[in-house]
Amino acid sequence: MSTRVIGEVILDIKNISLSFGGVKALTDISFNVREHEIRAIIGPNGAGKSSMLNCINGVYTPQQGSITFRGRSFSHMNSRQVAEMGVARTFQNLALFKGMSVLDNIMTGRNLQMKANLFQQAIRFGAAEREEIAQREFVERIIDFLEIQAFRKTPVGRLPYGLQKRVDLGRALAMEPTVLLLDEPMAGMNVEEKQDMCRFVLDVNDEFGTTIVLIEHDMGVVMDISDRVVVLDYGKKIGDGTPGEVRANPDVISAYLGTSH
Amino acid sequence: MGFFLETLIGGLMTGMLYSLVALGFVLIFKASGVFNFAQGAMVLFAALAMARFAEWIPALLGSDSKWLGNALAFVAAMALMVAVAWLIERLVLSKLVNQEGITLLMATLGIAYFLDGIGQTLFGSEIYKIDVGLPKDPLFLFESVFQGGVLVGKEDLYAAAIAAALVTGLSLFFQYTATGRALRAVADDHQAAQSIGIPLSRIWVIVWSIAGFVALVAGVIWGSKLGVQFSLSLVALKALPVVILGGLTSVPGAILGGLVIGVGEKLSEVYLGPMLGGGIEIWFGYVLVLFVLLVRPQGLFGEKIIDRV
Repeated sequence: MSTRVIGEVILDIKNISLSFGGVKALTDISFNVREHEIRAIIGPNGAGKSSMLNCINGVYTPQQGSITFRGRSFSHMNSRQVAEMGVARTFQNLALFKGMSVLDNIMTGRNLQMKANLFQQAIRFGAAEREEIAQREFVERIIDFLEIQAFRKTPVGRLPYGLQKRVDLGRALAMEPTVLLLDEPMAGMNVEEKQDMCRFVLDVNDEFGTTIVLIEHDMGVVMDISDRVVVLDYGKKIGDGTPGEVRANPDVISAYLGTSH
Repeated sequence: MGFFLETLIGGLMTGMLYSLVALGFVLIFKASGVFNFAQGAMVLFAALAMARFAEWIPALLGSDSKWLGNALAFVAAMALMVAVAWLIERLVLSKLVNQEGITLLMATLGIAYFLDGIGQTLFGSEIYKIDVGLPKDPLFLFESVFQGGVLVGKEDLYAAAIAAALVTGLSLFFQYTATGRALRAVADDHQAAQSIGIPLSRIWVIVWSIAGFVALVAGVIWGSKLGVQFSLSLVALKALPVVILGGLTSVPGAILGGLVIGVGEKLSEVYLGPMLGGGIEIWFGYVLVLFVLLVRPQGLFGEKIIDRV
């Protein structure tokens, strides 16, 4: 096992409620995420997992409750502001820039690091040139890390699904996030691809110390890699704890397996 | 042969100007996935601003240097186009983030009518002229080869050179700069672009400003050829088949499309016109595009969209 140390609470979600018109997507959800841990959000389909992630990511603004990241509340920020604070994400149904090459896709993740102004860029002068080279070096490291060297120049739309998922992860990593939100990183993958992805997630957590919040359907994966698990069902929290605790929780068992009456 | 060459060159020059207008469409489409119906209106608006500023500014300053007047007018018109871009982002696009392409398309249709109207309210609806000192006299080439040589308008040559320079610059910008990359990213996926911290609103202002700049250059060149009048906004209708022919997402495609249609319509007018009764120029581009679409729905250089099933 790794030598990483789980730290203080870095992301604190308190009493979040979110509804769309009359549909309650989330009701009074509270949980926290500690620094360097892998925190999974699980639950049956429609439990509100993605909605929860979208709240953290600033896509949705919850009607009630607060989300505090490193002591700053951002329940009313948009995605870009959240990104600036160091939260990156991947998407459940891939949202890559399909026409662009793998390299360009990951380079976009460096956008926030690039400071040269438009006119310097336009003539590729001074700062812009140096910056481009430095960022490119960083991106090459990510490409090596994810073992996608061979596809650098390939438009992502042409890559097989498993590799597209890796590029999606690469783009998020390029932001050097403090917290990485993964929305079903292993959905639709075969066993081999899942193992690869698990390895990457663990390595990211281990080598870069990135805190990871993960939504996943594959129970085996979740129980193996996460430190703590929060369980949602119908927009409510029904369990929270280590994989072992959650597995033994009767509410969780009934939500997944149904109960006999 | 001399006559053929003359027609060919004439066609290329006109084509270059079509490309210039088409470029405006391509830029906005590439960067925001919006087919901007207002491009023609922007050309007219920019040309009107340029023409009127070139009258007002020297009068205001009491200077009669034509060069200075034109330069200041150009700068002022550009500033106005940036302001227009900013307002469009603020009042229209920012409200429509993550909406369907068709919604944005309808919004640009509205912008087109608004710009047509406000342009004429602010600047008047007469016919104005723009005189930036493009030489009008013709040039005779190859006089030793053909009898009488080949006649080329100098004005057209300058215009073509300006258009070519602009197009080269912009394609390099799109391909090789961080902002260019961000622009392409926004075009592909608004939400993903936001999640990695690309400021959507700034990108949109930039891209509409660049499109405004292209519209201004096109407006100045067309305006100095034809005079600034309402029909200028119809130039966009000529550029429409050009964009579709070249592929909506391709800058080089816009150029080549412009040249093909420019040459095609001139040649067919001259050589087929007498047989078909003339007037071919007007519909040539559209018919050509119709056939191209049957074979290559993405246009000559457009990105082929492969969907997973």
